[in-house]
Amino acid sequence: MKAITAENIRKSYKNGKETVEALRSVSFSVDRGELFGCIGPDGAGKTTLFRILVTLLLADEGRATVDGFEVVKEYPEIRRRVGYMPGRFSLYQDLSVQENLEFYATIFRTSVKENYHLIKDIYVQLEPFASRPAGKLSGGMKQKLALCCALIHKPTVLFLDEPTTGVDAVSRKEFWEMLKRLKQQGISILVSTPYMDEASLCDRIAMMHDGQFLKTDSPQNITRNFQQPLFAVKSGDMFELLHRLKKMEGIQNAYPFGEYHHAVMKSGMDTEAYLREHLAESPDLEILPVRADIEDCFIHEMQKH
Amino acid sequence: MRSLRFLLEKEFRQIFRNPAILRMIFIMPVIQLIILPQVADYEIRNVKMDVIDHDHSMYSREMIRKITSSGCFELAGYHDSYTAALHDVEHDRTDLILEIPAGFERTLVRENEAPLFIAVNAINGMRANLGAAYLNSIIRDYNQEVRAEWIRFPRFDEQPRIEVQQRNWYNLHLNYKLFMVPGILVILLTMVGAFLAALNIVKEKEIGTIEQINVTPIRKHHFILGKLIPFWIMGLLVLSLGLLVARLIYGIVPVGNIGLIYLFAAIFLLAVLGLGLLISTISHTQQQAMLIAFFLMMIFILMGGLYTSIESMPRWAQVVTWFNPVTYFIDVVRMVVLKGSGLKDIAGHLGIIFIFAVVLNAWAVFSYRKRT
Repeated sequence: MKAITAENIRKSYKNGKETVEALRSVSFSVDRGELFGCIGPDGAGKTTLFRILVTLLLADEGRATVDGFEVVKEYPEIRRRVGYMPGRFSLYQDLSVQENLEFYATIFRTSVKENYHLIKDIYVQLEPFASRPAGKLSGGMKQKLALCCALIHKPTVLFLDEPTTGVDAVSRKEFWEMLKRLKQQGISILVSTPYMDEASLCDRIAMMHDGQFLKTDSPQNITRNFQQPLFAVKSGDMFELLHRLKKMEGIQNAYPFGEYHHAVMKSGMDTEAYLREHLAESPDLEILPVRADIEDCFIHEMQKH
Repeated sequence: MRSLRFLLEKEFRQIFRNPAILRMIFIMPVIQLIILPQVADYEIRNVKMDVIDHDHSMYSREMIRKITSSGCFELAGYHDSYTAALHDVEHDRTDLILEIPAGFERTLVRENEAPLFIAVNAINGMRANLGAAYLNSIIRDYNQEVRAEWIRFPRFDEQPRIEVQQRNWYNLHLNYKLFMVPGILVILLTMVGAFLAALNIVKEKEIGTIEQINVTPIRKHHFILGKLIPFWIMGLLVLSLGLLVARLIYGIVPVGNIGLIYLFAAIFLLAVLGLGLLISTISHTQQQAMLIAFFLMMIFILMGGLYTSIESMPRWAQVVTWFNPVTYFIDVVRMVVLKGSGLKDIAGHLGIIFIFAVVLNAWAVFSYRKRT
């Protein structure tokens, strides 16, 4: 049995007179014990998808199951089994760390003691602040507490909606390590993030854009399947360079990428010499062949659609 | 049931941790009950009056003395001309002008009647009205005295007079505090019941905690009950506190059975909590809820018979007051506190407020279902 299945999920919102399609026919499934990432920019429809799966929102069309239960008809079962961490910090800010944790434990008819082993790694970092109101924690600590509260009833499926947004780099790394450990405990995890670099940490990812899944595969397969040659280009005048790259015949796509511009070549025009020849006038030219990462693949997929 | 207990535990913990709510619930009612009844007073005192005395006679002086010694009027100016007095009116230094024409005394003695002129500053309608009425009655009184002086030994009263004796039932001295305190108590209860509860639920929506709660096995009706019960208890606490303040500070001891007030309050609170729930379902932010609360509160107060008598409102407004739950409670509290009405007397009101409770709660639950 799959942890999550979704078939042709559609959802649109009415915004005044115009209708916004938040999800257009999304289908996917998550295996048990899998860490599945939902990667996409803001407004791709990630949160809407999450809210449908955790039974907070009804889809217009389509079917979905979580842990084998149907999201519409069997929602009480799902609510008993899943852990949900919304994108926005949603714990009681005026209750202390410990009180929040105990409250969520009790409403799931369990106790902190019973499932302490699940949260131990995370909670030890929070313990010094146990009596501090949740609202007065730092951003990273808040996320850790939210994760603890989502885990305290030993969920079978964990939904984490942008858990690392607004969290510093160190905390982000720690957070992902925790997710890996949770996965080893047999918890299936669906996580969304706007950060492409986090994608490689998932077992499988779905690239999401404009309410659609562009591609679903393991991050390794996705990058491996990127066939076209890719070069990182840098010069003294980056703005002019991008302009020039975009006009070149043999280049399919060019976009800024960190301190370089990435240039995706059309097949057959895949030589550094071609680039050098056309960019000869640019000062301090630097050209490196690079391997595509998730972000390159994402941009590539977006172009296709 | 167990999850309800946990929810209540959490709710009370949050309430007692929030100094603003505690202040609102316990200190504000006491302060309002101490201050408002003193200022919400219809008796007009210290009406400022300008006098223009063209006569300077014994009679005119005697009349002015009588007016100023009544305690209602304060002599603000003494002028020679109407223009000068009107100047005072224009600068809001006086409320009334009394002009005594030259030859007042002479005309009075010779012709048995004399004209006087009163000009009233009607910017503040109530003050002007009552001020002029007081002045009229004092002058009439004075008129009687003058007449009595002239007809020293009347064989029989030439002019038949009707003398009115008046007795104020249930509030012997027409003490306004006796009348206002129970009314203000009702308003406070409404605020705690309807608006604190509404704000509390909307806060969960605004902060997003309701999302997290919704993805737990907690049933919706448990969540709603967990919100309503604390404020129901809080409302009854405020009522007790208010009755205590009324007794200690104003010496108001309900003539009737205090249990009746509690019985009515218990059902009234159910009704206003339903209203609070309804407000919370239609607003997304605390600000919206607050604005709706302000709007309703104004209507409740001004159309609830707290300050103005419902009987003197236009017909359509009277119909509107039927849909104001506050009206009934104010009525009942006054009936029980002042008159000592029994269960039989308030049964009708009790029935109506019960209907309010059922309708408002059903409406709120229906609207809650539809929106979530």
